[in-house]
Amino acid sequence: MRPDIIVIGGGTVGAAIAYGLTGLKQSVLLLDGSDRDYRAAQANFGLVWLQGKGMGLPAYQALTRASVDLWRDFATEVESLCGADLAYENKGGIVFCMGEDGFENRRAQLQRLHNQWDGGEPDWEMIDRTALERLLPKARLGQSVSGASFGRLDGHANPLRLLMALHEGIVRQGGVVRSNAMVHRIERAGTDFRLLLDGEELVAPRIVIAAGLGSVALAAQVGLDVPLRPQRGQVLVTERFEPFLPLPASGLRQTGEGTVMIGATQEETGFDLSTTSDAAARLSRKTVEIMPDLAGAKLVRQWAGLRVMTPDSYPIYAQSQTHPGAFVALCHSGVTLAATHARELACAIRDGELPDFLTPFHQRRFDVPKAA
Amino acid sequence: MFRKLHDPGPSAVTILIDGKAVSAEAGENLAAVLLRQPEGWNRTSTVSQSPRAPYCMMGVCFECLAEVDGVGSVQTCLTTVRDGMRVSRQLGRRMLSA
Repeated sequence: MRPDIIVIGGGTVGAAIAYGLTGLKQSVLLLDGSDRDYRAAQANFGLVWLQGKGMGLPAYQALTRASVDLWRDFATEVESLCGADLAYENKGGIVFCMGEDGFENRRAQLQRLHNQWDGGEPDWEMIDRTALERLLPKARLGQSVSGASFGRLDGHANPLRLLMALHEGIVRQGGVVRSNAMVHRIERAGTDFRLLLDGEELVAPRIVIAAGLGSVALAAQVGLDVPLRPQRGQVLVTERFEPFLPLPASGLRQTGEGTVMIGATQEETGFDLSTTSDAAARLSRKTVEIMPDLAGAKLVRQWAGLRVMTPDSYPIYAQSQTHPGAFVALCHSGVTLAATHARELACAIRDGELPDFLTPFHQRRFDVPKAA
Repeated sequence: MFRKLHDPGPSAVTILIDGKAVSAEAGENLAAVLLRQPEGWNRTSTVSQSPRAPYCMMGVCFECLAEVDGVGSVQTCLTTVRDGMRVSRQLGRRMLSA
């Protein structure tokens, strides 16, 4: 088999791109790693989220907005193709504010973001405690909750079902998914690329590196220096409850199954997937301040994942100048951005050129010398 | 199906299961008391709503959950009865405030 495009990395980013490419009638081979890889996609919180994102980079506000706008169509297409239920809801999302200071700080932060990018009407509004109680009639709020910011375009989905459905969709659209396929080296072979795996070589004219934290070594072989670091996020999950939280909140959402997901920490602890009782205590304390009744909830699971983090936290989309035909796609918001990855990014990779709106995300932004 | 083999005599205590007074022995395991009730189940599944009874009796399978003195999803196989204890069988997913 000689595919048109090999996508290296079967997480939510790689799978969304490969899914989009198979939908564009490209011959695609998706190489997924081993079960022991870090796999941020399997630790995801599941928000499809816009409010509050993009400080310092208006292009990221625009990119996120575009993906959120595409998400409903994208979800419907994936669901009908694969017979899956992604549990996608986009009735809005909230960020709780604690105390009057918390409320005013949140307003100021969102206002700065709004002023930074001319994206039309704000996607958010500040709502006071009374209005928040009307939105969440079955959830008793803690005393210090002063209100919330409400993002009308925010939502959530089941990230594991999304990942499974994308893999399924790739195959149904004629692509090939291989697991346990670790790429050791990338070499040039004329205008093609030759990938060296365990005892095997694969050749394709175009490759996409979307291997999360494993991308650093691979991208270097096609002339792209991508600075990445792992950032640990720990998540708690409770037993299943009758529905009481009709909207997802940043760091607190009730899933379709009834469990409550509580997250997430941001820890600079390197390549360490341990969970800690300290994090469980901090997350629990914060959550009980917001909803005291959750003190009686039983935790059934705690896990840690490693975010694929760049120095400015924003994605990297780039095509190599020295190795045309080699692309990298890296980010830590793979669920929110999945719709854009499957549509616009897949089209651009098929066409062999990234569009202007992705130029701000080239890794060369990190090449600026640190001192003058 | 299960029955108590001896009469606890003076060490008998009374607990309430769904409001019904049930005799038990001081120091007895709550799941064991639930198992010998004619109903034979202590909760229904949060997924399929099928009835569930204590199974592993050692704290790992979580089949024996019930509400005990107002606290939901208590592992009854790790709980010792106490005179006057109020136990409620749990139906499906709990309400958050329960």
